Amino acid sequence: MRLEYFQMIDRIVDFDAATGRIHAKAFVPETSPVFEGHFPGYPILPGVLLIETMAQASGFLILGLNGLSRMPFFAGCKKAKFRKFIEPGAELDVYATMTHDGSGFAVTEAKIEHGGPVCDAELTLRVMDFPAPELVENMRERVRQIGLTPVGDTA
Amino acid sequence: MSSTFDVVADVIAQTSEIPREKITPESHAIDDLGIDSLDFLDIVFALDKKFGIKIPLEQWTQEVNAGKASVEEYFLLKNLCAHIDDLVAKKNA
Repeated sequence: MRLEYFQMIDRIVDFDAATGRIHAKAFVPETSPVFEGHFPGYPILPGVLLIETMAQASGFLILGLNGLSRMPFFAGCKKAKFRKFIEPGAELDVYATMTHDGSGFAVTEAKIEHGGPVCDAELTLRVMDFPAPELVENMRERVRQIGLTPVGDTA
Repeated sequence: MSSTFDVVADVIAQTSEIPREKITPESHAIDDLGIDSLDFLDIVFALDKKFGIKIPLEQWTQEVNAGKASVEEYFLLKNLCAHIDDLVAKKNA
């Protein structure tokens, strides 16, 4: 995780296009300015960043399924529950499953585990044409970095 | 038609917290009920699941934006229900 750059996902462990599932790893840094404020003397990863982590896993799932043809944008979160504090240095398992592939949007169920359940939620993402060519290239580079092979990518 | 409308109205009431009695076949989802685009995504999600279809929301939006269809064509509830009936019929054909 590079918290200050909002890069939450470090590595894809498994991407199964047939079942619409993804399993990713996210390594919480030992130090970050985020922990200086959240909280002094008791650093834990903010819940909003756990949601962002689930949203990014969902986003990579969608990018994997659509072959980087369109860009997912986080649009909604329901039924979010936080069950455990996450401290610096934790290694997180992030899972997302596509539950609905709608017209211009997708819905996923996502969860994070770390020696047991950490959090879970239902997420909605708008799926749109890439608004900028730089973003396509950035996403192509990101999926390569984290080891995701999108459907139809023969490179 | 009436059963489709009942399902649609129930979904809108549950998703948008609009009183069920305010929702009629003549209601305009945007102008009368004030449903915004994000709430409409939730409604379409629920309707897709209820009817086992994929409402072509992007296509409808593009048609409206391009002036090829009126907003009422898809967002007046009686028309929306008719389109849902068509989609269900095509699915079952």
